[in-house]
Amino acid sequence: MASTDTALEKEVHQHGGDWSGGTEPFRISYGKLMMWYFLLSDAFTFAGFLIAYGALRFSSPTWPVPDYVFKTHPFGKTELPLIFVTVMSFLLIISSVTMVRAVQEGHRENRRGVVLWMLLTVLGGVGFLSCQGWEWTNLIGREHMSVTTNPFGTHTEAGVYLDENGKESEETFRAGSSYIMHKAAVVNDEHAEAAEGHGGESHAEAGDHGEESHAEGGEHHTMTVMKSELPMDKPGFYVDERGYIHRKFKTSEGISSGDVQIEAFGPSAFGALFFFITGFHGFHVLSGVVFLLIILINAASGLYVSRKNGYEMVEKIGLYWHFVDLVWVFVFLVFYLL
Amino acid sequence: MSNLSYEESKKKVFKGLWLLAGVTVAEVLISLFGKGYIGGDIAHSVSWLIYIVGLAIITLSIYKAYFIIYEFMHMRYEVKTLAMSVLLPTVLLVWAIIAFFQEGGSWKARRQQIKEKNEQPAKQEGMLQDDPETIHLWG
Repeated sequence: MASTDTALEKEVHQHGGDWSGGTEPFRISYGKLMMWYFLLSDAFTFAGFLIAYGALRFSSPTWPVPDYVFKTHPFGKTELPLIFVTVMSFLLIISSVTMVRAVQEGHRENRRGVVLWMLLTVLGGVGFLSCQGWEWTNLIGREHMSVTTNPFGTHTEAGVYLDENGKESEETFRAGSSYIMHKAAVVNDEHAEAAEGHGGESHAEAGDHGEESHAEGGEHHTMTVMKSELPMDKPGFYVDERGYIHRKFKTSEGISSGDVQIEAFGPSAFGALFFFITGFHGFHVLSGVVFLLIILINAASGLYVSRKNGYEMVEKIGLYWHFVDLVWVFVFLVFYLL
Repeated sequence: MSNLSYEESKKKVFKGLWLLAGVTVAEVLISLFGKGYIGGDIAHSVSWLIYIVGLAIITLSIYKAYFIIYEFMHMRYEVKTLAMSVLLPTVLLVWAIIAFFQEGGSWKARRQQIKEKNEQPAKQEGMLQDDPETIHLWG
């Protein structure tokens, strides 16, 4: 059984030449110390991003409610707020635990153990990335959020939606309720004419989009519009140049009570912050997976056996991997829980 | 780690898994309660509850961070000066959080002020009244 103390003593003798001086500063190897300082600097980068998110959120009168934005779920379930991201968190936590096991097996110089537990860690990382891929695809492809456009808005006053004839409908909302603006399928005019000529084609397309909108849980508005018709003003809704459908509603409180208004886009910074911060974290996970694989292959090939330093390389990538989990704790807190 | 046997430290790791998992589930439940999905309308009717909920979630997250750094990253078993050289610089972030959140609140107040002033009719004796272009520029 190799405890850390004896491992440390070995390191002192072995690395004396590189990290010269009688004893190692902080009684830790050069590589591990520098990994700690790299992680410190990386923590500041992430903190900068998250603080920017907080400052912009504080500066905005309304902000998309995360449990409304992130309620979607694969396999057609749409009304499960936060459950999918909780699953993603669990994947990272579990892969963090398997990483600790890999480091422990490394201390025992157990090659098979290191390879097994690192393999499980890689699987956890890949699983997390797949979930994030699905989440992004859903937000971009189906809900039409982009870096500059945020279709998730919030009502500031209570009111009631108008139906397609411009009359008040049964559908009411209160102040603070969230909404998403759906997007109509915009067809180029030439395309539409050509489709008319060939019969079925335009029908098939409308069918496709109808299915898509149904899948995102939108009970409302599955429509195809021609580009030349935009912007389109109807009694119940307004379609802007890009095809986003702004529903009309009548407010029932506040100074503008009784006015007919249209749904507006949510704060545009939300999309940019979401994609940059989760993207930067996802990039860390991706590079972590790549380095885990490299070290996994090295460990399996027996490279670290001859070094006899308790698989220190596995410890270093372990520090990095735990840091990725640590950052996710705060991304999860800031984006999804608060 | 140094004075624990292999079996003991193995057990400790899996205890850590249940701890982190439990704290995460608790966070999600508290968050859903704060948003009114669990526990009915209490969250919407008691206005200060949202601050308690936020504080609870933040505290639990910081506990998770502490656990990951001290147990999983073995900071507990490093030399104390190393731990301090890594952890003390993050105290600067406390300043950054307070300063930038304050700034964000101030942007909101300014924007609100400008909006209110724009909604007021221009004063009769003001110069602006005669010059529509200036009104447009300042509007």
